[in-house]
Amino acid sequence: MSMKKSLFVTAAMLTAATALAACSPDAGKGTASGGTEGGNNASSCTNTITKKDLPVVTMWGWYPNTQLVVDNFNKQNNEVQVCWTNVGQGGDEYQKFQTAISAGTGAPDVIMVEMDRIPTFQIQNALVDIKKYGYDAVKANYSEGAWKDVSVGDAVYGVPVDGGPMAMIYRKDIFDKYKITPPKTWAEYEQAAQKVKDAGGPNFGDFGSNVAAVTMALQIQKGATPFTYDPAQPKSIGIKLNDQASKDVLDYWGGLAKKGLVGTQDQFTPEYIAGVINGKYATYISAAWAPGYLTGAGVGKGKDTGKFAVAPLPQWDAANPVHVNWGGSAFSVTSQAKNPELAAKVAYGIYADDASLTDGWTNQIIFPLNLKALKSPEFVDLKVQFFDGQQANKEVYVPAADGYKGVTYSPFGQYYFDALTKQISAIIDGSVSGAEAADRLQEDVVNYAKEQGFTVQ
Amino acid sequence: MTLLIEENPPRTEEKAKTTHGKVRLREHLMGWLFVGPFGLVFLAFLIAPLAYALYLSLFQKKLIGGTSFVFLDNYAKAFTDPSFLSGAWFVIRFALFAIPLQILLALGMALILDAVTSVFIRFSRLMIFLPYAIPTVIGAVMWGFLYSKSFGPLTDIFALFGGTAPDFFSKNLIFYGLLNVVTWQWAGYYMIILYAALQGIDPTLYEAARMDGAGRWQIALRIKIPLIAPALVLILVFSLIGTLQFFNEPQILRYLAAGTIGPDFTPNMYAYSQAFKLANFNYGSAISFALGGIVFACVYAFLFFTRKRRSFL
Repeated sequence: MSMKKSLFVTAAMLTAATALAACSPDAGKGTASGGTEGGNNASSCTNTITKKDLPVVTMWGWYPNTQLVVDNFNKQNNEVQVCWTNVGQGGDEYQKFQTAISAGTGAPDVIMVEMDRIPTFQIQNALVDIKKYGYDAVKANYSEGAWKDVSVGDAVYGVPVDGGPMAMIYRKDIFDKYKITPPKTWAEYEQAAQKVKDAGGPNFGDFGSNVAAVTMALQIQKGATPFTYDPAQPKSIGIKLNDQASKDVLDYWGGLAKKGLVGTQDQFTPEYIAGVINGKYATYISAAWAPGYLTGAGVGKGKDTGKFAVAPLPQWDAANPVHVNWGGSAFSVTSQAKNPELAAKVAYGIYADDASLTDGWTNQIIFPLNLKALKSPEFVDLKVQFFDGQQANKEVYVPAADGYKGVTYSPFGQYYFDALTKQISAIIDGSVSGAEAADRLQEDVVNYAKEQGFTVQ
Repeated sequence: MTLLIEENPPRTEEKAKTTHGKVRLREHLMGWLFVGPFGLVFLAFLIAPLAYALYLSLFQKKLIGGTSFVFLDNYAKAFTDPSFLSGAWFVIRFALFAIPLQILLALGMALILDAVTSVFIRFSRLMIFLPYAIPTVIGAVMWGFLYSKSFGPLTDIFALFGGTAPDFFSKNLIFYGLLNVVTWQWAGYYMIILYAALQGIDPTLYEAARMDGAGRWQIALRIKIPLIAPALVLILVFSLIGTLQFFNEPQILRYLAAGTIGPDFTPNMYAYSQAFKLANFNYGSAISFALGGIVFACVYAFLFFTRKRRSFL
């Protein structure tokens, strides 16, 4: 009797064990079928379509003012209407899109993606080259660097909306207290950090492991070219993650962290934001969308109103400044779109009208890449409230955006960023030097690329 | 009465012979009918997805070159993959600490609640059980804020004594930080199971023990614990499976401690990130089954050893 009972219990336990352990694939199927309804069924739009007899294009996006942008588009357009859903920001959306790609169904017609993800989806044939659907008509509206970021080779896989020219946001109160001026080079940055620390001041900046994209941008600033990729030869890829420039940048930040000059807190966390509000960090190396993000997170209100200012990103060689980018998004047409031409019309037209653009930049939601806005005097001369009336666009962000040359991103962005994050945490906990971390990263990513069938040059 | 019975036997036997097959068949059909609804759901939502995951785990899909059948290659890779192995080693180590701690706490509390009669008992029982009623996600978020250096009370409490608060999100202390969250959440639940088992013991046994001169401790150690041993084994198996499949708490806390908790922190998290972040459903499935294998081995070993040593099952 007891023997039987125990056998039964064992069997039940083991069944439960295997079932739970293997639950991920089940969940995947669930999401995929859920996506079909959310993605392609026009009745599930977040916005209300008034012109009901027009064809509908589905779209995913997460700009905070998307509702207004979509309404503007639909009002002005008599050919097609947009059905918009917000399925999550950044990683959350990519996860759903990735599942829809694997399932072969469930993706929207048009999707908002950050530019550094475009190659990742392009290589899976998930995006459509929209060059033949009206590129020439809008080509002049964007800079060359902006087009490069949405292109793979000669093919265009997205329409740029906003960019992330990088700069150094700093606390005026801390800089005044310790009598320092904004550093122009990274050497000066370290000296200033040392000065603040010696005087018992707060961290000068932050080296967070979860913002690998920042580290990549700073490596590119020093001259690194992490990936080279020619879509004419899709099977081969160049990976250079442990060249001297990459090692130098990791060693530089690892050194700052080791000397206690910068914090090692993960960013985009309540902990980090609380630190920013309470003056625990003198600088925040970030992009042009940061004021909007920080304002939304509660920074710059109350006791720290008007404490922030912005200066150009410190350089390695002040005589030859290099401008880099973090983030920035585009609208792409997915290969699951039933009518790619119609979908491309949406991608080209959405968030490109004056009303939407103006709403975006006055509320600091986007740093526009559309030259109509980027070159308009209202935008350039704007006195940014977050920076206490500083003309941040004119002084810092527009020159940075103008000087930006574009980058070739990795076709396996998620893996690369995860691997870099892992190495940055190892640098922070002191188990490897920056140079060693770069070597390990190179080995890790090259192995992955080979495993995925690439020939690594 | 007796007369009737004496008269009846030949008739019923005859009847039984002729209708035996029919009744059996009808019983069979009825049985299947009752099991049917459950069986269908079981097949559709457990067996079929499991079979599909097993099928997926035998293939490999490359960005360049497409899908190919690789048989057990994914499993060979998993058991040589440092990410999977370190995750598996972490959960095994975690189980070795967390399970005895939880069970001892739960057992201690259950014995106290069972032995003491006081008006506060009902209240205490509810309070100890309460953490289990809080969803794991909420619990993890709550502890995340308690551990926080900016918002949490730890910094202030330690500052009172002139010390610096421990950072439970650091690489060295995350183990204990998670241990605390898990123990807080589950000890009360196990306590309720053990308490229910204790309540089921016949009180006359205690009386007999006291007549034989047993004290409170002896009753607890020699009567109560041996009698609730099946319940103990049950919760041990529950906690073993749960701990080896550790997912919710670290997955939530990684937003607060992303540098410390990587995407490969536990095998389940690794499977999840492989499947849904890297679109590697094949390898994700293989990791799930590999973890299933480890869980199977651990539970089997545990039941095998407890069965050998004791005779209560």
